[in-house]
Amino acid sequence: MVEKSRLKSESKNLNFYYGNVHALKNVNMPIELNKVTALIGPSGCGKTTLLRCFNRMHDLYPHNRYEGEILLYPENINILSSAVDPIEIRMRISMVFQKPNPFPKSLYENVAYGLRVRGVNKKQVLDEKVEKSLRGAALWDEVKDRLNNSAFDLSGGQQQRLCIARALATDPEILLFDEPTSALDPIATSKIEELVIELKKKLTILIVTHNMQQAARISDWTGFMMLGELIEFDKTEKIFTAPSEKLTEDYITGRFG
Amino acid sequence: MEDIKKRISISKYRDHIFAIVGLLSSFVGLVLLFTLFVDLFIDGSPRLSYKFFTSFPSRFPEEAGILSAWVGTTLVMVVTAISVVPLGVAAGIYLEEYARKNWFTNIIEINIANLAGVPSITYGLLALGLFVYFFRLGESILTGGLALALLILPIVIMATREAIRAIPNSIREASYALGSTKWQTVQWHIIPYSIGGILTGIIIGLSRAIGETAPLITVGALTFIAFLPSSPITSDFPFLSFKWLFDPFTVMPIQVFNWVSRPQAGFHVNAAATGIVLLIMTLIMNAIAIYIRYKARKKIKW
Repeated sequence: MVEKSRLKSESKNLNFYYGNVHALKNVNMPIELNKVTALIGPSGCGKTTLLRCFNRMHDLYPHNRYEGEILLYPENINILSSAVDPIEIRMRISMVFQKPNPFPKSLYENVAYGLRVRGVNKKQVLDEKVEKSLRGAALWDEVKDRLNNSAFDLSGGQQQRLCIARALATDPEILLFDEPTSALDPIATSKIEELVIELKKKLTILIVTHNMQQAARISDWTGFMMLGELIEFDKTEKIFTAPSEKLTEDYITGRFG
Repeated sequence: MEDIKKRISISKYRDHIFAIVGLLSSFVGLVLLFTLFVDLFIDGSPRLSYKFFTSFPSRFPEEAGILSAWVGTTLVMVVTAISVVPLGVAAGIYLEEYARKNWFTNIIEINIANLAGVPSITYGLLALGLFVYFFRLGESILTGGLALALLILPIVIMATREAIRAIPNSIREASYALGSTKWQTVQWHIIPYSIGGILTGIIIGLSRAIGETAPLITVGALTFIAFLPSSPITSDFPFLSFKWLFDPFTVMPIQVFNWVSRPQAGFHVNAAATGIVLLIMTLIMNAIAIYIRYKARKKIKW
């Protein structure tokens, strides 16, 4: 489906368990380089669970277990292997959460934090990176005069773009979005959507969304999930115009969900 | 229709009765505290003067002062604060951020919760056995300070945990998702965002310790002392001395107890005056705690 040379990542026979709950069942999904891949499906279908496998967020909580592999290209390393340090993975694969969650620090420190974690302390380097990231997140012009203000002074949509800038500061290879616009109004949502399309020029994006129109608008590939299984994965136009599975068709035509 | 109106008026009547009972109940505490304070102030204020703070205790009530007592209290508090802060905060952070939830952590948690309720004299006995007899630290400021540190350790641990628990999990996830280690998350986020609550807990703990008498009498604090501990600052190199840690001491509550138990009325005035000083010190500490909490809440809202 996706050409091998165009792959950035790929899950193979991925199973995931919360204790005894089998949350992901044999998921095989390719992620194409510099494209937007969207995950859709009804609540509780496992799309966020799948997303959080990619940066090993599940390691933070006890009784979680992975089976199978997620390969990261070009090195061909297995993200889920116990030999791979989740911290290294999170440095290469960033994440933006459902609700904007800036740190209660200044705008500058929010964006600089990822670099500080990596030991970058030179003011000049930090300044440059902070500006570049804020520009990348289409927020620079709105905040350039008040970088020392608290992040809480921003509106919800600005806070979410600040979180995107924070994730961009460390030049990640993949950016994971977990329903990034579900807490935002339509104008803020459209700004984030434009941003996602802009960002894919430089990096690879995996986005979970509750909103099918959003998936249709911004993604190149779409995966439809239900009850922990990846029911169908295909080009977005194909999924929304001529899905091959009956379940997918029922979901996107609003027969359930 | 009439019936419903009657029911409502009966219910409202009961409502009023409880409001009155509740108001009276809350007044009992307030009035008592106020009476206590006024009574203490009337009794003790004539003795409050500069001389009262700069004199040693004496056989003559008019010449007696609380110099050794307030210096003793201050030094014991310094030892208590220096030992309880790192222990309490580290334990609180460990239990919230590092410890896995298993039977071992549960046992530690139950024990800490219970320790907060142990009578203070029991800590005195523990300190007597451990610090005086086993470690041979003597009946000293160090022993007294450590005994009080043990006493308020559970308070500090629990306050630290409460403060940390108030930080939303989304902040932790944001930090970890950027590739932070646990310690980086604790150092850059957990401690800065909970510092208000932690400091409040520390001050509340210290203001509890400052009024404690029983454990200090148990470890052998003196009741009459007419000299000061050796000075922590010396004129020779290295200009710092820790000899004071091993000096005998008294503290203000013990001084009060000593004076109250004397027959002469003059000493009772001294006791009341010392009581005022102690009360004001506690009130100031609580005021600082409230101020810090207010500041922290204003800066960070989740």
